[in-house]
Amino acid sequence: MIISRLVEGSRRFSTGVRIALLVTGLLLAFGMPWFIYPPVALDIVAWGLFAVALDLLLGYTGLLSFGHAAFWGSSAYATGIIAIESGLPFYLAVLGGAVVAALIALPIAMLSVRRTGIYFAMVTLAFAQLVFYIANQWRSVTGGENGLQGIPREFFGLDLSDSFFFYYAALPLLLLGLCFAWRVVHSPFGRVLVAIRENPARARALGYPVDRYKVQVFVLSAFLAGLAGGVYAISHGFASLQEVYWTTSGKVVVMTILGGMGTLWGPVLGAGVIVTLEDFLATAGIDANRVLMGAIFVITVLLFRRGVWGTVRHLFRPRDGGSEDAGGGDREEPDPDPSDARSPERDRAAARGT
Amino acid sequence: MDALLQQLFNGLVSGSFYALLALGLSVIFGMLGVVNFAHGAFYMLGAFGALVLLDSFGLNWWLALLLVPIGLGLAGMVVERLFVHRLVALDPLYNFLLTFGIALILQDLIRLKYGVASQPYDRPDVLGGSVNLGLFSYPKYQVFVLIFSIVISVLVWLVLNRTRVGMIVRASTERAELTKSFGIDVRRWITPVFGFGIALAGLAGVLAAPMRAVNSGMGGDLIIVIFAVVVIGGLGSVFGSVAAGYIVGMLSAVGNLYVPALSQSLVFILMALVLLLRPAGLFGREEGVLA
Repeated sequence: MIISRLVEGSRRFSTGVRIALLVTGLLLAFGMPWFIYPPVALDIVAWGLFAVALDLLLGYTGLLSFGHAAFWGSSAYATGIIAIESGLPFYLAVLGGAVVAALIALPIAMLSVRRTGIYFAMVTLAFAQLVFYIANQWRSVTGGENGLQGIPREFFGLDLSDSFFFYYAALPLLLLGLCFAWRVVHSPFGRVLVAIRENPARARALGYPVDRYKVQVFVLSAFLAGLAGGVYAISHGFASLQEVYWTTSGKVVVMTILGGMGTLWGPVLGAGVIVTLEDFLATAGIDANRVLMGAIFVITVLLFRRGVWGTVRHLFRPRDGGSEDAGGGDREEPDPDPSDARSPERDRAAARGT
Repeated sequence: MDALLQQLFNGLVSGSFYALLALGLSVIFGMLGVVNFAHGAFYMLGAFGALVLLDSFGLNWWLALLLVPIGLGLAGMVVERLFVHRLVALDPLYNFLLTFGIALILQDLIRLKYGVASQPYDRPDVLGGSVNLGLFSYPKYQVFVLIFSIVISVLVWLVLNRTRVGMIVRASTERAELTKSFGIDVRRWITPVFGFGIALAGLAGVLAAPMRAVNSGMGGDLIIVIFAVVVIGGLGSVFGSVAAGYIVGMLSAVGNLYVPALSQSLVFILMALVLLLRPAGLFGREEGVLA
């Protein structure tokens, strides 16, 4: 897999640097609403968690889900319905929404892992579109094109109508989600995921039930996406069809790639860049959101495949000939001649040809 | 009964668009291993191409049917040379993402120029009115679309299977290295085949202009349905993609008659069933070793 060449080893920085980065990250997370409009700050963290959830699949397992809007969106609806109907504190509503997202993800994952590579992306995209049509048709529950409106911010009777305070109420939940993702990546389970990304056949030969691992990480990822989507719905007070539409799936993919896939924290940066840009365009009254998104896609994929965080890591990599780079790990670009540089996998895919 | 037959016929007509689009997607995938997300956007450009030719140059639909696919085919070749080509050697996901970006740009540029409202396009005079098909009468234009799409599909199949060019394309699809060792320059065929696939999308767009809503979003949702169609048919198989196109068209139309709430979802439910029972697709060959 070429993706794996872009994802470099995780032990790049010394302990000191890592602590400094962690402190900076936390300071940013807690300080953001002081210098950014609080709802936008919350959007950044929510989309950040969403992108990190996607990265568990894309960067760490080598599976591109192009249908993650289904989980972000279904949780947004479920969270909204729970909050409206029950009046429970919003933490519980969001948890409920995330569970719903995970439940929807289970059958989708079990079917999607039957195909790999590019097919996986197409199949997940198609299933997400199914979820979109269901949300569109099921008007009595989702409100159809009007969306679900008037989602309350109930939190033990506290007044959270001020977005500044709501940010701090919601932040711990999102940070917990991020910690959970970190925990998954640095667990034995996470190492198996990387093994599956690097060489599925060998992982299988070593006795790991590859498909079961893929389903498990898919459901985990959907749960985290649901957590993010639920908070987003509470923050905005509504859930709309936009949340389950394929452009949302595309948006989270571009965040992940722009930030750097397989870097865990990179996608948060990607989310920060995209959300800030969109906010800037909206404020400036420039209506060219998708042109911009498309252009970022094209430029990132053509010229900047490591992403922001991946590039930083690459620049600060140890240059003393460490064993990790010995295998030509730096050489990202194979020969651009398509007919010369086909991987065996590519040939197998092509062998099913016309 | 008549209603069912008529609905099946409607399904075949909408299936014609699925089939033409799936055909182009399949041919491109076969030759380059690229799943072209921008296929729906080029279909949309095909319809707008017909519109622009009529409004700005006074060229009628028949000329558009000839000129627009040629123009878009050339544009496709440029896109292949400038962008797609650079990523072909990498993981196919990169080209999927690249073409997704291109699709977003094209779709939004058209939206900025024309808005989201549908543009009117009159059907050509000769194909106005309806024709009696025995059991029911049917708009002449729709009948033409169906026949035309079948003719194109058969022609493409014949070219691939009965000509020397087709043989080279199939050989480079299956074993590029081996084909090269026979002294055939595989690279020469990649760009034209990409352009040809795009031309087919443009052709479908021109066919759609007089009977479907012409707007910037017409290709966006459609391409996802086409993805489901090719998963059902087996993306590597040209015949499978075309057959699945007509099948899905008829299924949605019949579904529309009996369970209207589900009509848009049926194709995805069928895809789920196919994945469950025959993951390689109805007409696809099983993958040897899972990667």
